[in-house]
Amino acid sequence: MRYLPLTPANRTEMLGVIGAATIDDLFIDVPAEARLSGPIANLPMHASEMAVERHMGALAAQNINAGSVPFFLGAGAYKHHIPASVDHLIQRGEFLTAYTPYQPEIAQGTLQVLFEFQTQVARLFGVEIANASMYDGSTACWEAVAMAGRVTKRSRAVLSRGLHPHYAATITTMAKFTGDSIDAQPPKLVGDPGPDGLISGIDEETSCVVVQYPDVLGRIPDLATIAEAAHAKGALMIVVVTEPVALGLLEAPGNLGADIVVGEGQSLGVGLQFGGPYLGLFGCREKFVRQMPGRLCGETVDAEGKRGFVLTLSTREQHIRREKATSNICTNAGLCALAFSVHMTLLGGTGLTKLAKVNHAKAQQAAQRLAQVPGVSLLNTSYFNEFTLILPRDAREVVRELADQRILAGVSLGRLFPGVANLANGLLVTATECTTAEDIEAFATALEGVLG
Amino acid sequence: MPLYYTQDHEWIDVDGDTGTVGITDYAQGQLGDITFVELPETGTTLKKGDAPCVVDSVKAASDVYAPVSGTVTEANAALEGEPELVNTDPEQGGWLFRVTLSDTSELDGLMNRAAYDEYVAGL
Repeated sequence: MRYLPLTPANRTEMLGVIGAATIDDLFIDVPAEARLSGPIANLPMHASEMAVERHMGALAAQNINAGSVPFFLGAGAYKHHIPASVDHLIQRGEFLTAYTPYQPEIAQGTLQVLFEFQTQVARLFGVEIANASMYDGSTACWEAVAMAGRVTKRSRAVLSRGLHPHYAATITTMAKFTGDSIDAQPPKLVGDPGPDGLISGIDEETSCVVVQYPDVLGRIPDLATIAEAAHAKGALMIVVVTEPVALGLLEAPGNLGADIVVGEGQSLGVGLQFGGPYLGLFGCREKFVRQMPGRLCGETVDAEGKRGFVLTLSTREQHIRREKATSNICTNAGLCALAFSVHMTLLGGTGLTKLAKVNHAKAQQAAQRLAQVPGVSLLNTSYFNEFTLILPRDAREVVRELADQRILAGVSLGRLFPGVANLANGLLVTATECTTAEDIEAFATALEGVLG
Repeated sequence: MPLYYTQDHEWIDVDGDTGTVGITDYAQGQLGDITFVELPETGTTLKKGDAPCVVDSVKAASDVYAPVSGTVTEANAALEGEPELVNTDPEQGGWLFRVTLSDTSELDGLMNRAAYDEYVAGL
């Protein structure tokens, strides 16, 4: 398609039709003092390509790169090793430039990838059905809450205190517009909160209970007990997995009574990427499939009886059903789903379990060493690759002081829960297969230094 | 028993204060192969014009509107396993739900067969 710019005559004619004298007349609602007149102050004039590259390079060098220092950040975004073959495969033109697969006769490759992806997600989560992906974990989580409302015809969601605060914020934001009522509270600093507090919030008006597994402080909740209590009141249990590698060791949520399982797929194949694009995972029990949001790919046979793949059940989707659609998502995160699927295929079931074991072992080493630092204690009684330390002072300051020593020590709870005073000394620490014994020792030694 | 029709292509077969509701043969022909019917729950209270039921076809998902006000007493369970009944037998075995009418005077605003046939011929 050629780009044909408008001529001044075209513009004048169009402005005449709508009765405006100049383009600026279209912006008269913007107060004059907020409009830009002339160049932006202090913005340098144009420079050569080389000079701009040098300038930008110097700015970028002020960042501490995740791969270049001891790195213990997690809290919903995890640094894992991505095999080089993942990037090689996803950059093949057939995948990289493929458009949305509405026409099965020309999109069998894309459709097959999505079908494989759905199969992997469904098996990982222990559910019967998974869709072709959502935008990210937090929006998938809101979609699950909305779906539970459609299934139960109730509108009160109970969020576990262990749900990631950004996920809770996404749900609360969307609920403002749908009128759902949301019960959300920050976590308590205990090693194992137990299911009773959450269960006591479930009643006959509750559409769903939302539980993160492992939770935002790294603890592993008792899903089966919560599911039983939710089902007894006619509510659904939604399980949120922000670190899918954990499911290489933990029992799949679907096998513990989850009705809908959502997650963030970033940790397999996608990478940190400055926070996005990420990959929403979404699966549920088959009986709820017509209330499930998003695109779904299915296996079928063609006119000659040969195996093939199509988009299916699309009458639930916005491009057909408009305002009555299950959701306003009209697409999927195709390239990130492909990366997830390629990485998952390279690992296989055995490889995922092995990777999970390495992650847990590294976390154990880190927890053991760090808890020996004077004044520091380990909160968790259970964890996978992420745990919470209690420091003798504000963890936010400690994180800054360690960053000055080029150690990225973790995510302070003060950053995750700003203004919640009793959480300020908490530090969330993650170790993965990328973490070395030297990294752990460097962190522990530096921590001893700043706390000493 | 008297049959009434709506401009949205529902029919209602009335016996006393009980009505059986479905979509017309013309409607099923326009929708194409029907793959799923989302039925209302027994006990649902309807106002005339509510959309208690959705018919999914290969082309579209379409609301079925209540031709009268009342309370749903039964849904056609046969459609759960065999939604294609709406295609093959739309005005008999492919009925959707039964309703107890709360105001039989609402029937006065509906069409009889001849009027409906004329209406469809004009579309």
